[in-house]
Amino acid sequence: MSLLASETQGSLPFPILTALILVPAIGSVLTLMSSNRRPEITKLIALLTSVFTGALGLWMLASFKTGEAGYQFTSKHQWISTWNIGWHVGVDGISLFLVVLTGILFPLVIIGCDPHHDEKRYLAWLLLLEAGVMGSFLSLDLFLFFLFFEIVLVPMYFLIGGWGYDQRIYAATKFFLYTMVGSAFMLVGIVTTALLAKNDLGHVSFDLVEIAEGANFATSTGRWLFFAFAIAFAVKVPLFPLHTWLPDAHTQAPTGGSVILAGVLLKLGTYGLLRFGVYLFPEAALWSREIFLTLAVIGIIWGAVAATMQKDLKRLVAYSSVAHLGFIVLGTFAFTSEAMGGGVMQMINHGVSTGALFLLVGMIYERRHTRLISELKGLQKVAPIFAAAFMVVMLSSIGVPGLNGFVGEFLILIGSFNTARWWAVVAATGVILAALYLLWAYQRVFHGEPDEANSTFRELRLREGLVLLPFIGIIIFCGVYPKPMLDRIEPSVKAILERVEEKTGYVAPHPMVLESHEGGEG
Amino acid sequence: MGAQTINYPAIDWLAIAPLIILLSGMMINLVIAALTRVWPRAWYAIGTVVLAVAAIIVEMFIWHDINQDGSRIIINNALSIDHFAMFCWIGIAGALALVSLSTAEYLRREDLEGPEMYALYICAAIGAMIMTASNDMIVLFLGLETLSIALYVLAASHRRRPDSQESGLKYFILGGFASAFFLYGIALIYGSTGTTNISGIGNVLSTEVFVNGDDAMLLAGIALLIVGLAFKVAVVPFHFWTPDVYQGAPTPVTSYMASVGKFAAFAALLRVVTTALPTRAEDWRPVIWVLAILSVVVGSVLAVVQTDVKRMLAYSSISHAGFMMIGIESIGHSGDVEGLPATLLYLMIYSVLVIGTFTVVSLVTRTGDDGSDIGSFRGLGKERPALALAMTVFLLAQAGMPLTSGFIAKFGVIQAAAANESYAIAIVAMVASVIAALLYLRIMISMWLSDEESGDDKREAIKVPFSAGIVVAGAAFFTLLVGVWPGWLIDAAQAALQLAK
Repeated sequence: MSLLASETQGSLPFPILTALILVPAIGSVLTLMSSNRRPEITKLIALLTSVFTGALGLWMLASFKTGEAGYQFTSKHQWISTWNIGWHVGVDGISLFLVVLTGILFPLVIIGCDPHHDEKRYLAWLLLLEAGVMGSFLSLDLFLFFLFFEIVLVPMYFLIGGWGYDQRIYAATKFFLYTMVGSAFMLVGIVTTALLAKNDLGHVSFDLVEIAEGANFATSTGRWLFFAFAIAFAVKVPLFPLHTWLPDAHTQAPTGGSVILAGVLLKLGTYGLLRFGVYLFPEAALWSREIFLTLAVIGIIWGAVAATMQKDLKRLVAYSSVAHLGFIVLGTFAFTSEAMGGGVMQMINHGVSTGALFLLVGMIYERRHTRLISELKGLQKVAPIFAAAFMVVMLSSIGVPGLNGFVGEFLILIGSFNTARWWAVVAATGVILAALYLLWAYQRVFHGEPDEANSTFRELRLREGLVLLPFIGIIIFCGVYPKPMLDRIEPSVKAILERVEEKTGYVAPHPMVLESHEGGEG
Repeated sequence: MGAQTINYPAIDWLAIAPLIILLSGMMINLVIAALTRVWPRAWYAIGTVVLAVAAIIVEMFIWHDINQDGSRIIINNALSIDHFAMFCWIGIAGALALVSLSTAEYLRREDLEGPEMYALYICAAIGAMIMTASNDMIVLFLGLETLSIALYVLAASHRRRPDSQESGLKYFILGGFASAFFLYGIALIYGSTGTTNISGIGNVLSTEVFVNGDDAMLLAGIALLIVGLAFKVAVVPFHFWTPDVYQGAPTPVTSYMASVGKFAAFAALLRVVTTALPTRAEDWRPVIWVLAILSVVVGSVLAVVQTDVKRMLAYSSISHAGFMMIGIESIGHSGDVEGLPATLLYLMIYSVLVIGTFTVVSLVTRTGDDGSDIGSFRGLGKERPALALAMTVFLLAQAGMPLTSGFIAKFGVIQAAAANESYAIAIVAMVASVIAALLYLRIMISMWLSDEESGDDKREAIKVPFSAGIVVAGAAFFTLLVGVWPGWLIDAAQAALQLAK
């Protein structure tokens, strides 16, 4: 696979990926500059920007060439020539759906979540966040990636700190500092990688493609570098035992912030582990796989057990995120194409289902001003449609067959059963635990006779229903017919796996399930 | 007994024109001001800005001149005129212009109007410029004293605040000590090499072979020299004066000390280690290593526990000085290739940042200049959103967030460290910068996320005068510009690599 062959120039007449990053950034500035006296215009600007970005994302999805492993729609420009840093963006099967998901989530959050005060600044931060997230997923230059990865912290910090709940400042600061510690190591790792690439390439290079194609790192160097990157991503995922910021951040963040945090921000960690960990340092990733598998499985069980014990509905969902992300890491470090592909798919599934769960919990809070499970009772009686929506989303999060969560988890488990058997066995109990804590929570919140406070619980409104509809649509579509998604993810995952095999002599077990599985699912 | 002929050195008038402009401007300023009544409003400041801008224009010409004719050493080997010196001169003159502007309204608010402070600013700038270009230890010392004495007076220039007097006295006494160390270091180096000329010392040390033990005098000299300069740049453990002096001095003066003072002392240190002592790198590098690590860690940790914003920023400036020390440490490994441009870049970026930050602090502390408690920032985001936004940009840049100049500065230094395999120092510095980030977050929380308290509405409203507004807006623009499009500044810092030796 040569350098040139792996880069496919897109068929679109303009650099769509650059537009995906710049449009929300410009929208953010416009929002901030809009008049204070006309809040509806501010909201309209933000909404149009995010819808336009989402449409661009869908357009990109439609023109994406299925079956190709390399980067598409790439564009590359010199930026800081003295340091050989470039604006290099591209998308492949791994980042494709994350970008599309980002494009879809933001307009829904803007429509569906009301910040209650200082809406202008809220929207500006949200759009800046979108630009940062897009940039992180699209960057093919280490410097550029770091830049976006780090810049994401600022809007998220202000969103949590400015529009969150009681403990918001504590949670926001914790989130900021935890992630920044990880980034500190990654920055040193990035710089060292770029400088060491000089030995093979003849010049300092921050370009992911160039480094991956041309540079060879000594075994021990590669391992050090891998860990420098992995710490940053492990905090972001978050992997046990670095996960403690997540429940606080999730619980204290405003609903919109939680949706984005769960939906796409955490994926920066798992995406980074795959793109900059496994892809760039295959030997080190393979060598350290048992550490990551173990941490992932501990995270699955720990997250599930902790979720079971939560009194706060939002905190419960937050801990369930820890468990779900454990699955994704398990899939990534199982080193089989099913498990890795399942991991990539699970990134999307988790984003959709947990994002929707946070939206629903937010709606409950709007109505009842509490998130305590013990305060809620019998909502099914007074709001059956709301309960039904909650049920579908929750079942997707549990991983019930026919919904999207099942496909991802199934692929991860079956793929890792070959190469990481005992980890997979333990992880499988996590699926059962997920059913336990979510169903139990559902039972306590929705079943029974509503008491006085809950008897006036308002039914799902049209606007809320319209926001939830895309989520439920994706949940059902991907559950019944995951093939289009897997077809686009698979080549890129296989390319990473081939690279691992080529660099380390590792032989991945032959994919046995994927082909037959795709058709029969549902 | 023939008539003795004195050989006057040839003088390159163009090369020292910026110094002459500033010096004569200062004289004229003082004389005219002495003969007339107090000028209205900001005219002293405007005069100073005009001088600074004229100096910058001439410096640009010299830069262009050096591009064509190469760098040179002038006036009997006393001054090096090279890109390095011009980079620093432009930075210093720029800082002079910015600080003068931010001083204008400060003096009016504090009822201290007069031409003296501007004259002292210019005097300090001349000293700083001489320091950065000096090719002789004695000239370097002259520059250092010119700078320092002006700064001592400036620190004490708020006549009605005892804190300011205390600050000036403290700075003077400790600074006097440091100067003595520095001078003794020069003497010892002269004793062992026979010259005070910086490039001369370099030549001697590159040829002379010391048999074991007889370089003790030289080593002692190097150590004393480093102590003297380390005091001026305020790195741990020579930092004890910084918090008190920064807090006590009038806020614009604090910004001047943190920008021009650091600029000059670091430039002098850079020139000494790259020109005079490159062959003794094995001796001074470990010292710099320790100073750098101590500064980033101690500076960051102590900054976080302060409640006074000026004190916080003083400790954070110690931490930033530690970062610049990292650049110098990497010079000790492989010469000036990576470390010199990285440190210069950091200096330029930090100078603008610190002036912007302190200008905002100066506005927020309100009349009397002692409301620099972090509580004064409460509700700034509501009261003055634009000012708070600019402050946020400065603070994020100081924390090293991407798309701001601070990130480029940190990145350059970390790159220099990594290129020389000083990974430990790079990681310690980055982790320390996370600790420091907590401090910047605290100020941002106070501005944006804390609700105003009941007593707050009785506070004096914050006015943003036009001149200070220009400074804040200009510094914020520079911060973002360099963050997004840093190529030109990096290239300029790279050009400084051709030192005149």
